[in-house]
Amino acid sequence: MRRAVFRNPWLPYALVAPQIAITIVFFFWPAFDSLRLSLYRASPFGDRLIFIGGGNFTRLLGDPAYFRSAATSLGFSLVVTVAGLAVALLLASLANARIRGLAVYRTLLLWPYGIAPAVAGVIWLFVFHPSFGVLPYLLSFVTDYQFNWFLKGWVALTLIVIAAVWKQFGYNLAFYLAGLQAIPGSVLEAASVDGAGPVRRFFAITFPLLSPVTFFLFTLNMTFAFFETFGLIHAVTQGGPGDATSILVYRAWRDGFDGLQLGYSAAQSVILMLLVIALTAVQFRYAEKKVTY
Amino acid sequence: MDRSSAIAHAILVAAVVVLAFPLYYAFVISTQSLDEVTSLPPKLAPSTHLFQNYADAWSRVGMGRLLLNSAIVALAVALGKIVISLLSAFAIVYFDFRGKQLIFWMIFVTLMLPVPVRIVSTYQVVSVLGWVDTYWGLTVPLMASATGTFLFRQYYRTIPDSLAEAAQLDGAGPLRFLWSILLPLSTANIAALFVILFVYGWNDYLWPLMVTNSQEMRTAVIGIDSLIPRTSQLPEWNVAMAAAMMVLLPPVAVIVAMQRWFVKGLIETEK
Repeated sequence: MRRAVFRNPWLPYALVAPQIAITIVFFFWPAFDSLRLSLYRASPFGDRLIFIGGGNFTRLLGDPAYFRSAATSLGFSLVVTVAGLAVALLLASLANARIRGLAVYRTLLLWPYGIAPAVAGVIWLFVFHPSFGVLPYLLSFVTDYQFNWFLKGWVALTLIVIAAVWKQFGYNLAFYLAGLQAIPGSVLEAASVDGAGPVRRFFAITFPLLSPVTFFLFTLNMTFAFFETFGLIHAVTQGGPGDATSILVYRAWRDGFDGLQLGYSAAQSVILMLLVIALTAVQFRYAEKKVTY
Repeated sequence: MDRSSAIAHAILVAAVVVLAFPLYYAFVISTQSLDEVTSLPPKLAPSTHLFQNYADAWSRVGMGRLLLNSAIVALAVALGKIVISLLSAFAIVYFDFRGKQLIFWMIFVTLMLPVPVRIVSTYQVVSVLGWVDTYWGLTVPLMASATGTFLFRQYYRTIPDSLAEAAQLDGAGPLRFLWSILLPLSTANIAALFVILFVYGWNDYLWPLMVTNSQEMRTAVIGIDSLIPRTSQLPEWNVAMAAAMMVLLPPVAVIVAMQRWFVKGLIETEK
C-alpha cells in the first residue's frame, strides 16, 4: 500500500465530494428505495402506496412467466458469450501467425463495437425480414420453412443473438489475437519437440495461458448480453413474439413503466441486484482459483 | 509467404468481410428507392436515392436535434465522469483522511450494480429533482459509477512516490502536482476512458428512453424508433437505414480514430 504524501484538513473531502454526492443521490438512494418499494403495491388509482410485505416476491416467485424470463436471460447471455468466444478463439488460433498488417485488421475488426445494440438490431431486423430480407430469400432455396421472426419465437431469439454476437465478435477476436501474439513461441516449440500435437498444445498450453483474456471477455460479454441488450430487444422484438425474447431487464422495465406496477418492478430489481451480487462473488472466487496470471 | 500466414490472412479477411457485410447491406438499402428495397431478389448494389433518403430521415424525426442531444449527452457523460473520477482517485491515493475506507467502499460498490437493476427508483429520484426531460437528468445519473475512479486509482499507484515527494520539496502543493505532473502523465488513460464513455453515452438506450418524454430531448438511438417500419406501415426501410447510418457513424468514427487508446483502456479497466 502506498504511503499518502499530501496533508490537508479539507482538500481530500472537497476532491471526493462530487463523486460521493452523485453516488449517494443516484446510487444509494435509488438502491434503498427499490428495497422499500418492493414491499408496496400502488393503489388502484395509483395515488398512494399500500404496504404488502413480501407480496410482490411471492407473486413473482409463483409466476411461471418470470422463471421463463429468467431462463431466457440466462440462456441468451450464455449463448451470446460462449458462442461468441468459442468461434473467436478458434479463428484466432488458426490465424495466429506472425503476419503483416495486424494493426489494419484490428481496425477492421473493432469498429462494430461502436454500434448501438438497438441500431445493430435494426440492421439485422432487415437482413432477417420475412418479405424483403436477404437471409430468408437465400434460405428459401434450401427449405420451405418460413423463417418469420414475427411468428416464431426461436427465430426472433436467433435474430437477437446474431445481432448481439455481431456487435461483439470482432472485438473478441482482436483481443484473442493480441493474447495469442503475447504467448512466447519457444513454449509451444518446446511442447512440439516433446511430441505434443496441435490439439494437445492448444489445451495444455495456449488455453490456460489465455485464461485471463477469456475471463475478461467472459465478464464483459455476459454483462453486455444481460444488461445492454435492452435497446436491441426494445427496438426489434419488444419482448415478443409472445414473451420469447423478454429478458429480465426488459420485463422489469415493462412492468414498471408500461404497466405502472412500481412495487412489482422494484421487487424484480431487488432480485436482479441479488443475482448480480451472487454472480460477482462466484466470479471472483473462480477467478482467484482458476485463472493463471 | 509461407502456408500458415496465408491461412491467417484468409481467415482474417473472411472475418472482416462477414462483419462488414451487414453494414454494407444497410448502406446499400439506404441508397435505394422503395421499389428497389421491396423487390426480390434483393439488390446488393448501391442505387441513386442516397440524398433523398437521408434528407427524408433527417426531416421526419428532426435528426439535427437528435444528433445534437446525443453529442451533448456523450460528451457530458465522458468529460464529467473523467473529471470527477480523476479528482476522487487523486484524493484516495495521495491523501490520508478520516473516513477514507468508508468513502472508498461507497464508491466501489457501485461497480456491482449497473443502472438497469435499479431503474424505477432512479427514475423517481430524478423526478423528485425535477430533472425529467432535461440534460441534467440525461447525463448526471450515468456518472454514478466507479469504472473511471478504479482506472485512475490503478494508474496512480504505479507512479513512484518519489515523484510526489520531489514536487513537494520544490514547493508544489497537491493541486499544482495534480495539474502539472499527474494530469500530463495520465493523458493516455484519459483518452482511453474518453472513447469508452463516449460510446457508452451515445449508445445508451434504457435511461434516455425513461427520462425523456418529448421528441426534442430524445437521443438519436431512441429518436429514430418511429422510422422503423412496423407491420402495418409502408416498408420504408431505405429511410430507416439512412437514419441508422447517421446514428452509428459518430461512435464508430471515434473508435476508429482513437482505437490505440480504446484497446489499452479496455485491458486496463478490468485489471
